[in-house]
Amino acid sequence: MQKKRSNDPFWWTLFGAGGTISAFFIPVHVLLFGIAMPLGWISVPDYETLLQLAQHPVTRLYIFALVSLSLFHWAHRFRYTLYDGLMLKHLEHYIFIFCYGSALAGTVITGVLIWTI
Amino acid sequence: MSTRYERYRPTSYHHKMSIFWWVKRKPYMLFIIRELTSIFVAAYAIILIVKLNALKQGAEVWEALLVSLSGPFSVTVHIVVFIFVLFHSITWFKLAPTAMVVKIGKKKIPGSIIIAVNFMMWILLSGGIVWILLQ
Amino acid sequence: METTINLQVLRYIPEKDPDPFYQEYEVPLREEWVILDALNYIKDQIDGTLSYRWSCRMGVCGSCGMMVNEKPILTCETFLEKYMPGPIRIAPLNYFGVIRDLVVETDGFMEKVKRVKPWIIRDKEKAPLEGEYLQTPEELSEYKQYSMCINCMLCYSACPVVGLEPQFIGPAAIALAQRYNYDNRDEGQNQRNDVLLTDDGIFECTLVGECSEVCPKKVDPAGAIQRYKVQGATEWWTSVLLPFGKK
Repeated sequence: MQKKRSNDPFWWTLFGAGGTISAFFIPVHVLLFGIAMPLGWISVPDYETLLQLAQHPVTRLYIFALVSLSLFHWAHRFRYTLYDGLMLKHLEHYIFIFCYGSALAGTVITGVLIWTI
Repeated sequence: MSTRYERYRPTSYHHKMSIFWWVKRKPYMLFIIRELTSIFVAAYAIILIVKLNALKQGAEVWEALLVSLSGPFSVTVHIVVFIFVLFHSITWFKLAPTAMVVKIGKKKIPGSIIIAVNFMMWILLSGGIVWILLQ
Repeated sequence: METTINLQVLRYIPEKDPDPFYQEYEVPLREEWVILDALNYIKDQIDGTLSYRWSCRMGVCGSCGMMVNEKPILTCETFLEKYMPGPIRIAPLNYFGVIRDLVVETDGFMEKVKRVKPWIIRDKEKAPLEGEYLQTPEELSEYKQYSMCINCMLCYSACPVVGLEPQFIGPAAIALAQRYNYDNRDEGQNQRNDVLLTDDGIFECTLVGECSEVCPKKVDPAGAIQRYKVQGATEWWTSVLLPFGKK
């Protein structure tokens, strides 16, 4: 008897893409916006400049990919952490919907914000 | 299992795995920490969404958000997030060669070079972001 | 007086006690002794009832794998001195049913190995008169590393996913599948994908990476699985984006 092939390759691709983009870009973002600017190590760009930057098509695409893929990266990894680390495999359907559902919701919200900014 | 051997096999003992299996050995502990970095990656994605929203709402909302994000609580949170995402980046790049086999001609590129290239790209891209923002 | 080292060996004697217990033995600490020598000393000199598997004493047969201080190792190639001053805790390999003392059931593992079809599969066999399947050294090097596995099962005992998901096909079997997938004489990858791209297959793996750490033959099953994931993902996207393409 042949078993059905899994759709995990799809989620794993998103996980991998998200892991890569977040590994490359999130640390510098956190360092600049979350630590260096609040502590006054570097000056904060003013509102107009940032808005203009955010409206640039490349930035839009970049932010959208960064946020959405990072969320899917979390969804996949956290799903397995719950299965393995907390032995919650028996709740797999709820975990599946919670993880990828949240990532999808975040993606839609980001998409709308990026589109209308 | 073949039934021929059944009578030589009394009940075998199956050890039950503890829910704290990952506390027992250092590599497992590091593994769980690596997996938990995903929470901090997601947390920063949510912070980015909040910032985008504020940016869209207008200058006043944005300024208000900046003020609330410059308090000691926020900075502490960001430092914690920074440590975990740094751990994510380092472990991610170090594992890159396990999935990637790169060849030039017939020669396999050693894993250490793939790791080094990843780290160099990381530094370059981070530098690029800094350069854009400091313009 | 001779220096000794304390060994705490897990005993399981089903007809006497339904639960395993640790038994302590004092064994001479000799420079050239490996853990297996100490077990043989116990068996010959102290307690003949102790049961364990061993054969070649040189890291080839793969039968003397045990948990030593929580880590799966081949007892024939690990020296007692490494664990000075002791005690050394010896238990049967993790996640396998224990038959007696340090002897574990291998049936589940053997069945998994068989399921990945570890042999050369051809769409059409060549007739003997057409000659042999030739292979260059480069083609050999594609899979040679994965062919070094001695089925010692240490990687299964190092893998928490094997413990958590007993149906997970596991590191050695997947590495063995890759040994044939990367063999240029083989045409059976699609059949192996039917086994390995299901829910019990490669995507259960969360890359703890300990399977490769404990492997005595440097097979790197973790790498084999990661490379398989990339292949599996490519396969999935091709089947979705090119539904009329080749299966």
